[in-house]
Amino acid sequence: MDLMRFVAMRLGKGVIVLFAIAVLNFFLVRAAPGDPAQVMAGEAGAGDEVFLEQLRQQFGLDRPLYEQLWTYLSNYATFDLGFSYRQQQPVLDLILDRLPATLLLTGTAFFISLALGVVLGALAARRVGKWSDSAITTLALVFYATPLFWIALMSQIVFSLKLGWLPNVGFETIGSGYTGLERAFDIGRHLVMPALTLGLFFTAIYARMMRASMLEVAGADFVKTAYAKGLSPSVITRRHVARNAILPVVTLAGLQAGQLVGGAILTETVFAWPGIGRLMFEALAQRDYSVLLGVFFVSSAMVVLFNLVTDIIYRIVDPRIEAST
Amino acid sequence: MNALSRFAANRGALIGLALIVVLVAIVVLAPMLYPQSPWRMVGRPMGAPLDGSFLLGTDTLGRDVAAGIVHGARVSLLIGIVSTFAALLIGVPLGAVAGYFGGIVDDAVMRFTEFFQTIPSFALAIVLVAILQPSLPSIVLAIAIVSWPPVTRLIRGEVLSLRTREYVQAAITVGQSTPRIIFTQILPNTLAPIIVMASLMIATAILLESSLSFLGLGDPNLMTWGYMVGAGRSRIIDAWWISFFPGLAIFLTVLALNLVGEGINDALNPRLRKEVRK
Amino acid sequence: MTGPILKVEGLSLSLPSVADRAFALKDASFEIAAGETLCVVGESGSGKSMTAHAVMGLLPPAVNVAGGSVQLAGRELLTLGDREMRQVRGRDIGMIFQEPMTSLNPLMRIGDQIREMFEAHGALDPAARQKRALELIEEVGLPDPARIVRVYPHQLSGGQRQRVMIAMALALEPKLLIADEPTTALDVTTQAQILKLVDRLRTDHGTAVLFITHDFGVVAEIADRIVVLQNGEICETGKTAEVLRAPTHDYTRKLIAAVPSITPPLPRVIETAPAALTVAGLAKTYKSGGFFTKGREVKAVDDVSFEIRPGETLGLVGESGSGKSTVGRCCLRLIEPDDGTIRLETIEIQGMTQRALRPHRSRIQMIFQDPYASLNPRRSVGRIIAEGPVAQGVDKKAAMQRARDLLDLVGLTPGAADRYPHEFSGGQRQRIGIARALALDPKVLIADEAVSALDVSVQAQILDLIRDIQERLGVAILFVTHDLRVAAQICDRIAVMQRGRIVELAPTAELFANPSHDYTRKLLAAVPGRDAFAHAN
Repeated sequence: MDLMRFVAMRLGKGVIVLFAIAVLNFFLVRAAPGDPAQVMAGEAGAGDEVFLEQLRQQFGLDRPLYEQLWTYLSNYATFDLGFSYRQQQPVLDLILDRLPATLLLTGTAFFISLALGVVLGALAARRVGKWSDSAITTLALVFYATPLFWIALMSQIVFSLKLGWLPNVGFETIGSGYTGLERAFDIGRHLVMPALTLGLFFTAIYARMMRASMLEVAGADFVKTAYAKGLSPSVITRRHVARNAILPVVTLAGLQAGQLVGGAILTETVFAWPGIGRLMFEALAQRDYSVLLGVFFVSSAMVVLFNLVTDIIYRIVDPRIEAST
Repeated sequence: MNALSRFAANRGALIGLALIVVLVAIVVLAPMLYPQSPWRMVGRPMGAPLDGSFLLGTDTLGRDVAAGIVHGARVSLLIGIVSTFAALLIGVPLGAVAGYFGGIVDDAVMRFTEFFQTIPSFALAIVLVAILQPSLPSIVLAIAIVSWPPVTRLIRGEVLSLRTREYVQAAITVGQSTPRIIFTQILPNTLAPIIVMASLMIATAILLESSLSFLGLGDPNLMTWGYMVGAGRSRIIDAWWISFFPGLAIFLTVLALNLVGEGINDALNPRLRKEVRK
Repeated sequence: MTGPILKVEGLSLSLPSVADRAFALKDASFEIAAGETLCVVGESGSGKSMTAHAVMGLLPPAVNVAGGSVQLAGRELLTLGDREMRQVRGRDIGMIFQEPMTSLNPLMRIGDQIREMFEAHGALDPAARQKRALELIEEVGLPDPARIVRVYPHQLSGGQRQRVMIAMALALEPKLLIADEPTTALDVTTQAQILKLVDRLRTDHGTAVLFITHDFGVVAEIADRIVVLQNGEICETGKTAEVLRAPTHDYTRKLIAAVPSITPPLPRVIETAPAALTVAGLAKTYKSGGFFTKGREVKAVDDVSFEIRPGETLGLVGESGSGKSTVGRCCLRLIEPDDGTIRLETIEIQGMTQRALRPHRSRIQMIFQDPYASLNPRRSVGRIIAEGPVAQGVDKKAAMQRARDLLDLVGLTPGAADRYPHEFSGGQRQRIGIARALALDPKVLIADEAVSALDVSVQAQILDLIRDIQERLGVAILFVTHDLRVAAQICDRIAVMQRGRIVELAPTAELFANPSHDYTRKLLAAVPGRDAFAHAN
């Protein structure tokens, strides 16, 4: 089966997942205490009876449940994720406005943590039992156990407020009038702390996984073959062990994508990073459920996308898959 | 006991165990250590640690940070354990059924599980708690709902391999009933991985709960570590301790549980360590 | 005449203190001349594999050289540094392993893996490497070398992969080839081909071969001289023909006597009686592929019919993938057949629901292959045996008493009932498995490769036990095996399976004397050491 068909198939699967999430959202609104109209209106219009009546009409809330579901899903299918009465804007516009910042943050964190995790994990496995292995595994354990929001706060204190090396919050220096490269550099400086604090947790996960995977592969028969060939340990590690060990890490990275997006909510909150995570936090404070559910839907879509990317990488790297499908 | 002595020889695991013992002691002794409500204002706002009579200082409203941490320990542990238990209650039966019966049942259960794994779990937890209103039951429910899929996958994998094991086949051929086979032949042999996973899940649940509280989604009647970190955030420049100490408490608890979980794992599966080649 | 290629003198290997003996190998000496094959033979745990790894300098970290010397063409290997030893590996010593399925890197093309051999030792330029790789593939008898260099290991069969391993090991014309049980994981016909290949290459290139095996048949086939290992010590060495004909050491004698002969014993008289098990038109097809991909169909069992009378043993013989195990499991409905009838005496069990079948299950029981996987590690032996009767409604106390009696019957002490499986050896566990199968007084026993995982001396004991029990209890046995020697000794009739079908079914003596089907002839010809072990036991 060729790659195109595989991608098409996986996309189809992704659409089904998103459809299911839309259905979930629909029932969540109805699970909330109170009338769905009030939920959709949020705190902004909950007191206004005329307005609520108008909403009930619009969403057919007096109709049978399946008709309501149909209306809801049709809206989602046309990318209508509802309207924020609090912000007086369509939810989709609010999200699209914030999405690039989140993609930048999560994408950077993803690649940093994957690269760093793989390298550190491989290094630790290579020196298993030595002090550098202990240092890496201990560090990985520490970052794995540290609450994300707390480490974000602490690095804010240290690197921004005390040392003044990096900007405290935000996406870029407001009112600086930077353009082009200068602006990119400015954003980059703002990105360092959020991306690193978000990435550290995942670096820890990937490093642990990579180390375990390396050690497991090191016991494989084909590694014995490689030794019997008289290859040097560094060639064996690189060509035979690491290449095979990295595959499960890629799979794991795909599975962890959801957590990455979840972590972004905390990081963005702490660093006032104007992404959809921050939007979610604001919506929480304002009880703006339409926005909340919209962000939930879009972040799920992001995870589907991340999964797709890692699946494609996996297929390209592993020749065995071709035969088994 | 071989596994026990292996555990005892693991320094990290012992440190973790010691930390957990201290934590449990704090939970048990909380009413004696700090009999008053942690919500009470007892001193001047933002008093520094060791300045005056407060070991870890006071927060923006003059509440004792140490009292908050001691009382928060109970909430953290309670939520960690109860939600893990709930997640096991969902995950183990689903995994066992999928792994044992295979075929369409397996397909259906695994599609369902994959779906829940695809959803960003923290975002789902936020949505659930926000919509159901923050309270102890809704938080436990939300954490359980986002934590069961790995359990199902683990149990399914174990059961799948155990069910082709010859002693299970033998149990079928002597005419044992299916539930009896699952309960006497299969599940007891999955106990070890379940224990390891549960200890790691309690840690994750505590992290998740603190993250929710940090965002303001904690039970408003309970003093929790995450809430304390979040509440101290706005004054972090002049009173770092308000956020620092509760965060440290979360870190140590999660670390301890991970150390113990890994220790149990290494003690039960010594193979991996031995077969390490140079 | 030049000196030996490999000279091992007084070699001792120490085990870590937790092991059950201090030395993996103790004071071992032997040599191999150019163009000679030396077999190191022994049962599991005898230290034979460690010997090979010690010569190669690839001992596991826990095992250390405690003394002695290993000389390759006069050069001491044990004192070499890492870098020097690395140059010896591959260039001076080639090695092949037991598991061809996992011994090649799954992510590298075959050609790259062969070329890597030259690269590691800086031999040849890239163009010459490619050419040489193609020649090697040709030499080990693989078809279409140009295609083989481009494929990945998963696209080759086990036998083909082992050929690739051999091509790789011989790429640099090493003086010594170490083969560590290279045919154990292969089917008998593939094994015969690989043995022939190794032998041909040895003569062509004058390579010395150190061949590790547990199988005396293979020894008879390939060895010039043999070394017999028992618990890490050499108990006998000598020319193959002499040792096989007149072993001097007790242990060797016992081992050789335990090898089942390929000549069947005189046929037994089976009384005419209604069949205990009748199978007709049995079929099972596996479909692979999912919703989107086009499915592939494999006929695992295709129109299989046979019957077994009380007191009779029918052998079901075939190579891996022939469907023989599937047939065995279908008879127990552990696998659901698609079609056909399965009759236990007069009761048709095909088509029954599993629930309806449960009370009838006592009539047909199974003895499993793996003595380590077939007993639940968390239950006492007594409970394991009593489980069946209890499930069939027997009182718990009575069932436990019966378990003790059965343990006695299979040659264990009744006290074993209170202990746990891990306290027993492989052979003892197999006895427990047999006791479990007998606990329900079955009329039919399915023995699925019941002695394949056992060392040859234990194997002989278990075969005796099965024969003895059959004589006492008159059960019908379906004996599934890949091993024609074992089948020759225990079966009254044999059915040969190939690709899901029975191609020939005949009384044992007749089948061995006049095989009528081509495939049967091929199988028989492939049995290693045919001539050496043709004597009747």
